Amino acid sequence: MSEVIQEFRTKAEAVSAIVSSVPSLDQALAYTVDLCARKKACQMLVSGCQEDLSQKAEDLCGLRKWGRIIAAPGLARDDLDRLVPMAREQGISVIRRDMRKHLEGVDIGLTICEYGIAETGTLILDSSSEELRLGTMISEIHVAVIPASRIKGRAEEITNDLETLMENNPNYLAFITGASRTADIERVLALGVHGPLELHILILEDR
Amino acid sequence: MQKANNLKEYKRELGEALDNDFLRKAMDKFAVAYRSARINAFKGHEEEVLIHEVVRVKDAGIDNMMALYEEFKTRAQAAGVHVHLARTAHEANELIANIARKNACKKIIKSKSMTAEETLLNHHLEPEFEVTETDLGEWIIQLRHEGPTHMVMPAIHLSRHQVADLFADVTAREQKPDIQRLVKVARRELRAKFTQADMGISGANVAIAKTGTLGIVTNEGNARLVTTLPRVHVALVGLDKLCASLQDALTILRVLPRNATGQAITSYVTWITGANQCLARGTEKNKKEMHIVFLDNGRTQLARDPLFKQVLRCVRCGACANVCPVYRMVGGHQMGHVYIGAIGLILTYFFHGRDKAKNLVQNCINCEACKHVCAAGIDLPRLIKEIHTRIQDEEGHPLTSVLLGKVLKNRKLFHTLLRTAKAAQRPITGGTRYLSHLPQIFARDQDFRALPAIAKKPFRDMWKDVRPPKPAHPKFKVALFSGCVQDFVYPEQLEAGIKVLAHHGVDLDFPMGQTCCGLPVQMMGEKQAARDVALQNVTAIDPADYDYILTLCASCASHLKNNYPFLVGDEPIVGVKVQQFSDKVMSFSSFVNDILQVTREEFNPSGRTATFHSPCHLCRGMGVVHAPHELIEKSGYRFVRADEEQVCCGFGGTYTSKFPQVSQQILNNKLDDVEKTGAELLLTECPGCVLQLRGGMETRGSRVQVLHIAEALARAKK
Ligand code: SF4
Ligand code: SF4
Repeated sequence: MSEVIQEFRTKAEAVSAIVSSVPSLDQALAYTVDLCARKKACQMLVSGCQEDLSQKAEDLCGLRKWGRIIAAPGLARDDLDRLVPMAREQGISVIRRDMRKHLEGVDIGLTICEYGIAETGTLILDSSSEELRLGTMISEIHVAVIPASRIKGRAEEITNDLETLMENNPNYLAFITGASRTADIERVLALGVHGPLELHILILEDR
Repeated sequence: MQKANNLKEYKRELGEALDNDFLRKAMDKFAVAYRSARINAFKGHEEEVLIHEVVRVKDAGIDNMMALYEEFKTRAQAAGVHVHLARTAHEANELIANIARKNACKKIIKSKSMTAEETLLNHHLEPEFEVTETDLGEWIIQLRHEGPTHMVMPAIHLSRHQVADLFADVTAREQKPDIQRLVKVARRELRAKFTQADMGISGANVAIAKTGTLGIVTNEGNARLVTTLPRVHVALVGLDKLCASLQDALTILRVLPRNATGQAITSYVTWITGANQCLARGTEKNKKEMHIVFLDNGRTQLARDPLFKQVLRCVRCGACANVCPVYRMVGGHQMGHVYIGAIGLILTYFFHGRDKAKNLVQNCINCEACKHVCAAGIDLPRLIKEIHTRIQDEEGHPLTSVLLGKVLKNRKLFHTLLRTAKAAQRPITGGTRYLSHLPQIFARDQDFRALPAIAKKPFRDMWKDVRPPKPAHPKFKVALFSGCVQDFVYPEQLEAGIKVLAHHGVDLDFPMGQTCCGLPVQMMGEKQAARDVALQNVTAIDPADYDYILTLCASCASHLKNNYPFLVGDEPIVGVKVQQFSDKVMSFSSFVNDILQVTREEFNPSGRTATFHSPCHLCRGMGVVHAPHELIEKSGYRFVRADEEQVCCGFGGTYTSKFPQVSQQILNNKLDDVEKTGAELLLTECPGCVLQLRGGMETRGSRVQVLHIAEALARAKK
């Protein structure tokens, strides 16, 4: 493994991301389905639903309406065609749009990232599509696939590419490093305050 | 928020904060944890280089502010954004309210924005709209109807129990004080707000002119939802956030999170260029209705002020509060109005007025801790003092500081007064070295540490007797600058110093025309008096005559070296002398260790254990850290390092008499750290610190002996 990828891995793990290598995108899809199958239907069960909530917030629980869901808004058609049957076998549905109907949360958001930055363990994700943006926020687990060749040392190495993205506006670009976190109460770390509770990074060995 | 009408009320608030045990414990823990997190975050990086880069980028932004604004506006408009410029806070608030009205918005969600706090935006919107903060800390203080006590961690002053009670009210269900669960409750409650909102308000940490892009950093990710879910997005952005390119923005981003929380980067950095896709109901062509309101509120004027423009470099990392000993004792509500910490004392004056700022600016102990961590290299203590002076110029100077200024300007009168004070104090010292009853000049509340008596004979009268013989082959010609405390209270420290210098070829002189260095009057906001005494000293000690100007008082050293060029550097001819003068100023331990290079052979090892308190003006002011440690070891003591060695002792010259309660608490922390080491001796290198520490130990009845490092060396010298 190259030094850059090793550093990316170390830095991402330091901010509580779960990092694995996968030899192919199919493996990544299988990983995602497996993760979803093993996961409790609604992660909020261990951390939210049983909390004492106001009526309004309680009404938001979608578990009764939907089963397990993988949101894969950015996935190419043929990749999706391979994911759907795998997921169906486990009783999991895959959605690609209408995230706004699932604001109460989905189990997994699956995305393929533009770049990785080793220095900080950061993923760069073009989130100009609203579906994709929401998919990475309303999911309890975010599974992010990053091709190994796209992992750079520092963000400064790709400023031109990023600026090109920005100039091709409108554009919504996300740097994501670890899971959503807060330390606002007594400076105690808590993950998943607004976004995902877990971030899984799959490094796609493409070289 | 500042509600105190006068200094007395302000002091009462300080007292209440000091009595808040939870706050004190939380702040202590935070201060210690922050320091190591920050060191870790900068590991492998040249901190100064990174900060210097931020300074470069921000200065360019300040100097080209309006050009960058025009460039940004052109780009953003081309990308479908409405760009506005608000001259005042009220104008910004009204603009935003109008956008909400025009778009028939009722429910507003917000992500954290200090600029919106600055304009008191919520206050303006709340009567008409339902506004919900979505940053957890901001939500908590919104529910409590409070202002933030920290720029990055707005609810740091609250305990889990208080939050649980608050959430119990919100949910109308009982809540356990379990932080992980409380966070989830907030998540669910706020998610419900997100789904219903029709307008989102955010701030921005950077605005990139080249591409018309906003950059927003958050850890929670709430800014992504705020800028995505509602059909309208308004960003309120200070003009100071403009920078030229993404490269510049990344330069700022390299330092901001590291300095704020010790993170290499925040969980989310969001870059928004143009009106993005929005699938909410009621949008036109699935496009977000996006507005960016740039706020001036005095910024363009500030950008033209040669001294104060640097405050616009501030990236709102909050580090200047994190390391401030006063903030640590009293928290943000007492150490700011909306903006808190060192920068808060300054910004309050510009954004919220003299009335809110006038008490605050006095509550700086001048320890320079803030200056040394500032992400943007702002000379915070100097600016705080400048504002103090300006407020006094505007409102009238208090009698005591005017008097002190007058007295100090007249060296003869000043010295006569000190001599008279010596006679007058005789009945109150009870024959000891301490004052048991204080003269009127020191007010009440001073009894937390014994105060020393004025010496029988000041050093200037002893000089002819203690003056060392001129060496046959002088290596260095050195002028001794005593400062008033050593001259009139602790002349024995200077005598000890002279003993240490012996046999090293030092031709020592004590120019009689010297007077107080002027730091006390500068601290009181009497800049004119500070200039006058500076001129007297530079005249009395002609730098061309000496190789070094040596002082055993770290505060004097730092003031002579760092402040004199600013105070009188602009005077014709004198200005040149002042620079030479400052260049030659040297503190005792670096002179003895690095220049004279004393050796172990000169000392009899006693084997006693000694710890060191590093005076603010030595470690930060003079940049001297290792020399004292090396000297302690060389002279045969066993050195044990105390925790938080470089944290202020709470003296701060006139600070200790103005804010005795805070001073006392800072001192107590310091003495605890010292006693924990088990050392027999506590050494330091500033007579002010000796006064504070020795007095504190005396009052505690501690067996730890407090000495100036020169005294310890002299005792060990063969
Ligand atoms: S100089 Fe010290 S006391 Fe004053 S604001 Fe800075 S850190 Fe606080
Ligand atoms: S003044 Fe400096 S340290 Fe304080 S918040 Fe601003 S950038 Fe950070």
